[in-house]
Amino acid sequence: MVASRAIGSLNRFSAFRILRTRGYSFRNFSGSSALLARTHVNYGVKGNVAVIRINSPNSKVNTLNKEVQSEFMEVMNEIWASDQIKSAVLISSKPGCFVAGADINMLASCKTPQEATNISQEGQRMFEKLEKSPKPVVAAISGSCLGGGLELAIACQYRIATKDRKTVLGVPEVLLGILPGAGGTQRLPKMVGVPAAFDMMLTGRNIRADRAKKMGLVDQLVEPLGPGVKPPEERTIEYLEEVAVNFASGLVDKKISPKRNKGLVEKLTAYAMTIPFVRRQIYKTVEDKVRKQTKGLYPAPLKIIDVVKTGLEQGSDAGYLAESQKFGELAMTKESKALVGLYHGQVLCKKNKFGAPQKDVKHLAVLGAGLMGAGIAQVSVDKGLKTLLKDTTVAGLGRGQQQVFKGLNDKVKKKAITSFERDSIFSNLIGQLDYQGFEKADMVIEAVFEDLSVKHKVLKEVEAVIPDHCVFASNTSALPINEIAAVSKRPEKVIGMHYFSPVDKMQLLEIITTEKTSKDTTASAVAVGLKQGKVIIVVKDGPGFYTTRCLAPMMSEVIRILQEGVDPKKLDSLTTGFGFPVGAATLADEVGVDVAKHVAEDLGKAFGERFGGGNPELLGQMVSKGFLGRKSGKGFYIYQEGSKNKSLNSDMDSIFASLRLPAKPEVSSDEDIQYRVVTRFVNEAVMCLQEGILATPAEGDIGAVFGLGFPPCLGGPFRFVDLYGAQKIVDRLRKYEAAYGKQFTPCQLLIDHANSPGKKFYQ
Amino acid sequence: MTSILTYTLKNLPSTSKWALKFSVRPLSCSSQLLAAPAAQTKSKKTLAKPNIRNIVVVDGVRIPFLLSGTSYKDLMPHDLARAALLGLLQRTSVPKDVVDYIIFGTVIQEVKTSNVAREAALGAGFSDKTPAHTVTMACISSNQAMTTAVGLIASGQYDVVVAGGVELMSDVPIRHSRKMRKMMLDLNKAKTMGQRLSLLSKFRLNFLSPELPAVAEFSTSETMGHSADRLAAAFAVSRLEQDEYALRSHSLAKKAQDEGLLSDVVPFKVPGKETVTKDNGIRPSSLEQMAKLKPAFIKPYGTVTAANSSFLTDGASAMLIMAEDKALALGYKPKAYLRDFVYVSQDPKDQLLLGPTYATPKVLEKAGLTMNDIDVFEFHEAFSGQILANFKAMDSDWFAQNYMGRKTKVGLLPLEKFNIWGGSLSLGHPFGATGCRLVMAAANRLRKDGGQYGLVAACAAGGQGHAMIVEAYPK
Repeated sequence: MVASRAIGSLNRFSAFRILRTRGYSFRNFSGSSALLARTHVNYGVKGNVAVIRINSPNSKVNTLNKEVQSEFMEVMNEIWASDQIKSAVLISSKPGCFVAGADINMLASCKTPQEATNISQEGQRMFEKLEKSPKPVVAAISGSCLGGGLELAIACQYRIATKDRKTVLGVPEVLLGILPGAGGTQRLPKMVGVPAAFDMMLTGRNIRADRAKKMGLVDQLVEPLGPGVKPPEERTIEYLEEVAVNFASGLVDKKISPKRNKGLVEKLTAYAMTIPFVRRQIYKTVEDKVRKQTKGLYPAPLKIIDVVKTGLEQGSDAGYLAESQKFGELAMTKESKALVGLYHGQVLCKKNKFGAPQKDVKHLAVLGAGLMGAGIAQVSVDKGLKTLLKDTTVAGLGRGQQQVFKGLNDKVKKKAITSFERDSIFSNLIGQLDYQGFEKADMVIEAVFEDLSVKHKVLKEVEAVIPDHCVFASNTSALPINEIAAVSKRPEKVIGMHYFSPVDKMQLLEIITTEKTSKDTTASAVAVGLKQGKVIIVVKDGPGFYTTRCLAPMMSEVIRILQEGVDPKKLDSLTTGFGFPVGAATLADEVGVDVAKHVAEDLGKAFGERFGGGNPELLGQMVSKGFLGRKSGKGFYIYQEGSKNKSLNSDMDSIFASLRLPAKPEVSSDEDIQYRVVTRFVNEAVMCLQEGILATPAEGDIGAVFGLGFPPCLGGPFRFVDLYGAQKIVDRLRKYEAAYGKQFTPCQLLIDHANSPGKKFYQ
Repeated sequence: MTSILTYTLKNLPSTSKWALKFSVRPLSCSSQLLAAPAAQTKSKKTLAKPNIRNIVVVDGVRIPFLLSGTSYKDLMPHDLARAALLGLLQRTSVPKDVVDYIIFGTVIQEVKTSNVAREAALGAGFSDKTPAHTVTMACISSNQAMTTAVGLIASGQYDVVVAGGVELMSDVPIRHSRKMRKMMLDLNKAKTMGQRLSLLSKFRLNFLSPELPAVAEFSTSETMGHSADRLAAAFAVSRLEQDEYALRSHSLAKKAQDEGLLSDVVPFKVPGKETVTKDNGIRPSSLEQMAKLKPAFIKPYGTVTAANSSFLTDGASAMLIMAEDKALALGYKPKAYLRDFVYVSQDPKDQLLLGPTYATPKVLEKAGLTMNDIDVFEFHEAFSGQILANFKAMDSDWFAQNYMGRKTKVGLLPLEKFNIWGGSLSLGHPFGATGCRLVMAAANRLRKDGGQYGLVAACAAGGQGHAMIVEAYPK
């Protein structure tokens, strides 16, 4: 499913690692031991340079929590007071992480905007002192330097970063619905220029070290080192420190100037920014773009623009004040809570709760080199898995191989990998037409045509050639896994792995277990999925599993709405206006009308009237006329190669006319249409939890947002119920039930939540 | 292959007085510089193997190695190779018809003479019935030429093979861009004026931007100097240590040159120019002068500079290799045996220049020798930092255990036996020709100072390496 391409920005969450449990045991006795040695921040002196090391115990990452902040200030005060020390280097002892951000839980515990504002102001004060330090401080950055970590770094006088893949800089706060609240909105525009600063703050994108150097975000780069007389990572950090110490002394001796030579373009941009008219134009352009993209559903980007503007137009004092106030306001918004919830859910779905599998999957085989099969192969070879890609024809196989190559080559074009790395990755892929080598396969993922008899045929063929331990995974969006497994000699080794198209872009993987699937098989599937970089939900088998099952009633409602005379464009704008990244009609075109029809029929049979509403005949007529959606060039819209604009398919008019339903005015306002679509989705999702298809609400939210494009600003169906109120949703369902009947009958779990207001999916 | 340096040692103000600091242990070179090494005459076992022919070096020569852009700049590579061959003929008086086969190593190929061995051989007056081929393996190309010869003789195919190497960095093939080449090739095929015009209409100015021979490793896109700087940093080799080592190399080379020890050098009368008689890259400077140079690759804080790197060099070398019985039958008194050899390869990114570290213990093991048995070490010096990193790697248990699959370290190399007639840093490094120089230096040192075994080792682009045992021929 194409759904959430637009929320790709959420991908970058993964770098914003903020751990929940960290160092609590230390907190208890840190009061007494503070005099002896500090827990998180310490320093040593080399010559007349102090080397401040941040290293939070028992954690892979450093975060700016209260202890780190207070210990850091203690250390700085000692350094400022010392006669011997002339300058300082700030470095993390953890390879792979400088400072990953502020502690997200500091915000979670805030009850009022004022409390959050106070947190922001504390950070601002700390970094202001650092910025005005009479002794130069060099930030030596290796690994993630994000959010508060970057704000810390840009308050220093000089920055040196390791030029490796782990070193990324960025301010991802916007992805959590907040803004960089420790001076970031004020310092970044001065440092990298207003346009680049807006780009960083509004997209939250991670910037690699070499790019950061070009932008002026860091002053020097240090190359990562190979092995010497100690491990590479260790020596690289040491080297970074040595180089940083030299620069720190150089800054004191005035041998090195902290000022950067700006290029001509930069100088011109800087000059242009001194003209109020130009500035206003930039604010306006950025604001228009943001409004268009967020449809006003996300408050953070607009506030970021506001705060930057305040700082530039009214001076830093006003800027800092605005920053802290808006920070407080944003931290309390539903949107922020929804996005933070998604972040936590994503962290959860990046773990293998089934433990380590008995046997690591080293040899993977993929059956079917179609869009899905090749996509699965691509994300596998990318991570070093030896992958056999089998198809039945040379042409089909060649198409699949080309898809993998293109996917890798696109990365070369984006300079994410070198052409040499591409070739070496591509050599992990072996294309073939027979079952040679399957005797060594640890897992086979089939992505053949969605037809039970075809699936049965390949299952039997494969079982004849694979070793006993080999897992058989089926990539299907709707066929029940137990039916596929029915012909298996070893059903405990059969599992469903539902990938989403395009596989290399969509983060979600839905793993489906049957009653018979063994725990080790599940562990193995999750391990492979994680290796492929997926966010994983594990659900029970059933018609449509979780994702397809939620989508079906929603699509049924969409068809009814179309039958009632709402045109596809209007419907699209209503759904995107609610926060869906792709409009409902466009979604059907992208998924494929034939696929939608197939699913609607299958699930219609399984669930009966509850999945009714729209007439599946509409899809049937479209398929018979060849309106299969984007892939056939025509669906609800007409698609032309190379043209972005799509126009309505006028041939649909006769189909609509023949199936026209009278609209019911009491439930046909714009808002009602939006809620009819969304509440059916939500109701079905809650029912999946009620029936045990879903194990946790968090997986339900992640599945809906990352697989189906459920509005991220609502945080997923369960978070939405929590934040919006179960009662209100039940009320809406009852209203639509009165008009349409059973399809809107709220499920028992939802009613339970409505009846006891204290009951939440997320406590 | 040494990466291309923007400027070379010739830019260093040369002072006749040079100072050495002895503070750094492995670099203190007082003994070699002041006292002549005591002649050792040990009688160890020989490395002859049953049922395998003994292979000997009758002799080997090289034309003087020159900074590129100097006296050889108007010549072509085969001219240098030819001069080396003629020098070898003169030195050994070998009848041309005795030579069965000729092999040369080269790195940057002149496309007109891609089999430079054949062109040089013909030009040097060898019989047109003597086949010749050219090999390439970066800085160990002529090592590959020699070991190919060893293989051909050991397997009984030939008795007499000439192996050599050549490099001319004064001229390198600079190509049209791929787009331009494509258009030119298509133009060739175009039949009508219309087709030609339509092809020409696709011409863009950027087609004219030339394509230089790659100075970077193809797999990693990193230049060798850059990699050397990172390697030095990984092993915590300081700038001072590197400068001191470079100074040692130049000082020792100067001494060897002044004392006439570089007997493998043959004079070369360059057409239209003077006769070149000696290497011109040997320029001992002072640590103070060297310290003034800016880093050449990792700017502004790296440690590899023009002064502690080998410079771009033009030169050629050639050696006469025979089966021992054949040499004796022809009445020769050979200089040395060529014994066991190994090639190794490792990560081309982070261990690009660590070939000698891997190859040294391997070749010793193969030959059944220990480090103590070796009287003469001749290592290729690509960069000071590279040599010192190799020293440190070989002296580290941690490195041996984690990267070499050994239980203990290889050991510290005895500096008093190491490159004491200078090395690539000072004598120069014509990529394809250095291997033969190393072997001849080892053979000549063994003859002069009386040891039995020499160990030759070198690193090469692509993360490869080589080592060979040279055994002195009994006097």
